[in-house]
Amino acid sequence: MSTLNLKPNIEDPDGFYADLIGAHEGLSDAESAALNARLVLLFANHIGDRDILRKAIKAASNPGKET
Amino acid sequence: MFQDRYSLAFKLYPYKRSADQDADTPVRHPVVVMGGGPIGVATALDLGLQGIPVVVLDDHEGIGMGSRAICFSKRCLEVADRYGCGEPMLEKGVVWNLGKVFHEDRKVFEFNLLPEEGHKYPAFINLQQPYFEKFIVDRVREAQADGAPIELRGKNRVDSIDVRDDHVVLRVMTPDGAYTLEADWLIGCDGANSPLRSMLGLDFTGRVFKDSFLIADIRMKAEFPTERWFWFEPSHGSGASTLLHKQPDDTWRIDFQIGWDVDRAEEIKEENIRRRLDAMLGPDIEYEMVWSSIYTFQCKRMDRFRHGRVIFAGDAAHQVSPFGARGANSGMQDVDNLGWKLSLVITGKAPESLLDSYDEERIHGADENILNSTRSTDFITPKSAISHIFRNAVLDLAEHYEFARPLVNSGRLSLPCTYDGLSLNGPDALPGGPSRTRVGSPCPDAPVGDGFLLPRLGNDFQILTIGAEAPEMLEEDGVTARRFAISASDDPTGVLAERYLGDASAAVYLIRPDQHVAARWPAFDETAMRTALRKACGKD
Ligand SMILES: Cc1cc2nc3c(=O)[nH]c(=O)nc-3n(C[C@H](O)[C@H](O)[C@H](O)COP(=O)(O)OP(=O)(O)OC[C@H]3O[C@@H](n4cnc5c(N)ncnc54)[C@H](O)[C@@H]3O)c2cc1C
Repeated sequence: MSTLNLKPNIEDPDGFYADLIGAHEGLSDAESAALNARLVLLFANHIGDRDILRKAIKAASNPGKET
Repeated sequence: MFQDRYSLAFKLYPYKRSADQDADTPVRHPVVVMGGGPIGVATALDLGLQGIPVVVLDDHEGIGMGSRAICFSKRCLEVADRYGCGEPMLEKGVVWNLGKVFHEDRKVFEFNLLPEEGHKYPAFINLQQPYFEKFIVDRVREAQADGAPIELRGKNRVDSIDVRDDHVVLRVMTPDGAYTLEADWLIGCDGANSPLRSMLGLDFTGRVFKDSFLIADIRMKAEFPTERWFWFEPSHGSGASTLLHKQPDDTWRIDFQIGWDVDRAEEIKEENIRRRLDAMLGPDIEYEMVWSSIYTFQCKRMDRFRHGRVIFAGDAAHQVSPFGARGANSGMQDVDNLGWKLSLVITGKAPESLLDSYDEERIHGADENILNSTRSTDFITPKSAISHIFRNAVLDLAEHYEFARPLVNSGRLSLPCTYDGLSLNGPDALPGGPSRTRVGSPCPDAPVGDGFLLPRLGNDFQILTIGAEAPEMLEEDGVTARRFAISASDDPTGVLAERYLGDASAAVYLIRPDQHVAARWPAFDETAMRTALRKACGKD
C-alpha cells in the first residue's frame, strides 16, 4: 500500500503559491475552473499511482478522513 | 507657520536656536539627515560614533505618539546592539515564540518559532515603536556626552533644497523663521511620504493595496497568553482578518482588516472601535484604549536610493506592508549598510563609487522585503474569487494536514538578506563551509567564551580566524582590518564551529564593519586578503 504524503514537500512554498495564483490572474470564473481541472489532471498523471490518487480524492473531499 | 502633524509620545529634542541661524554665510556640515524618525536618528548615531559630524533636522520635537511598529527582529536588535542600544530594547520588550492561526472560529494550527540556541538576541521582540526610538535617542545623548559630534534639531523643517555637484543647499524653517544650511551629504530619512522625494521629483513605484486596517492598542489585565493570534475571517465578525499581539505595559495590538470602501471618520470613532473589540474579546473584558489609527498601505520603492549627494534610507526609500514586520527592521539594515561606507568616503579612504554598492545591496534587500510582504498581503486579502477559494482550501487542509501549513501566510517574519553575488563580495573559498555563513551573509551569532560573537564583531573590518594563523593587523590603502582569533577552547558548545566551519577544520573570514561576510578561506593568504579588502571598499 502506498501512502499519500501529507508532510510538507514543496520547496519554496510561497513561491509556488504565488505562481499558482498568478496563473489565474485575469481569468473568468469558468476559465479558472478549467485551468484547475487541467492542473489536477496533470498532477494526477504525474503521480500515476491509483491508490495514492484515490486517497488524495478522499482527503480533498473529506479533510482528515483520507484512509 | 509651524503646525504639528502628530502629537508626541516623548518630547526629546525641543527647539533651540542654533548658531547656524545667525551665521552671515550658510554653515556647511559634512552630513545632514532630514527626518528624526528611527532611521534618521540611527544614521546619526552610526556616523557620530565613528566621529563624523552629523546634524539631524526634524520638523517635530520628539517621537510621535502611537506605536506603528511593534515587532523588531533579531537582525535589527543586533544592529542596535552594535550601536549600544540593543540591551534596553531587549529588557523592555516582550519575547514570544508561539503563534496560533484561526479560520472562522476554529483553530487551524499553532506554530512555535523554535528559537535556535546560541544567540544573544531572540528571533523577535514586541516593543512599541516610541520606546524603540527613545532608546536610540537615549544612546545618542550618551554618545554626545562622550564627545560624539551629533546634533538633533527639533522643529527644523526642510522646505526646499538645491542639489549641487559636491554639496546640497537646504532651506530650513524654524519657529524663529527660515535659515540656510549646506551639507556635503544629505541623507533622506523623512518617511514614506518623503517631501524630499517630491522636491527632487523622484518616482516611488509599486503596488497600492485596496484594503484598510484599523489598529487599536488597548491596555487590559486579561489573561491572554504572550502569543501571536491571527484570525482569517473570524466568526465574531470584527473584521475580514484580525491579529492580536502582546506588547509591554499590559498593552495589546489588535489589527482589524476592515475593507476598502469604509467611512474612515465613522470607523475611527471610539464607540465603533469598541464594538469590534467587544465582538472579539467578549462583553466582559475591560480595557482602556491607548491608541488607534486606520491605515492603508503600499509596497513601493524608489528606482535608485542614491542620487549624487542625496541618499535615501528607511521608509523614504521603500515602503512595505506591515505583514512580516519589515519596515523599521529593513530601515535599520539600510543604516547598518550606509554608515561605514559613507564614513570611508568622507574620510577619503574609499572612492565615492563605494556608495553605489549601498544602492545595489539595499535595493536587493528592499525587493526581497517587498516580495515577501506582497505575498503575505495577497494571502491575507485575496484579490479575486479564485484566490479566495485557494486561500480557504489551504486553511481547510492545514487544519488536518501538516503539508498545507507552510502555505499559510499570515506574515513571513523578517529575516536579514544575504548579498549573494553582489559587487563587494570576495571569494567564497572555504571548502565545506556552511551555507549560512557564505560570502554576503550577515554573520550569525554564536557563543564565544562566556559571551557572544557578534558584540565582538563589526564597526571596522575584521579578520576572523578560527583555528588559523593571521597577522594581528593589516592595512591596505588606508583601511585597516584587525584580527579576532578564536580557538577551539573559546567554543565549548561547538556551535561556532557548526556555524562557521562546517566540514572545514580551520577558517579565515574577512568581516565587514556591518558584520557581513566579505570573503572566506581555509587559511590566511596575504595577497588574497588585500585584494578582498580592496574589493569590499569598492576599489577596482
Ligand atoms: C501599522 C504599522 C505597523 C508597523 N509595524 C511594523 C513592525 O512591526 N516592524 C517594523 O519593522 N516596522 C513596522 N512598521 C513600519 C515602521 O513604522 C516604519 O518602517 C518606520 O517608522 C520607518 O522609519 P523612518 O525613520 O524611515 O520614517 P518615519 O518614522 O516616518 O520618520 C520620518 C521623520 O521625518 C520627519 N519629517 C518629515 N518631513 C520632514 C521635513 N520636511 N523636514 C524635517 N523632518 C521631516 C517626520 O516628522 C518623522 O519624524 C509599521 C508601520 C505601520 C504603519
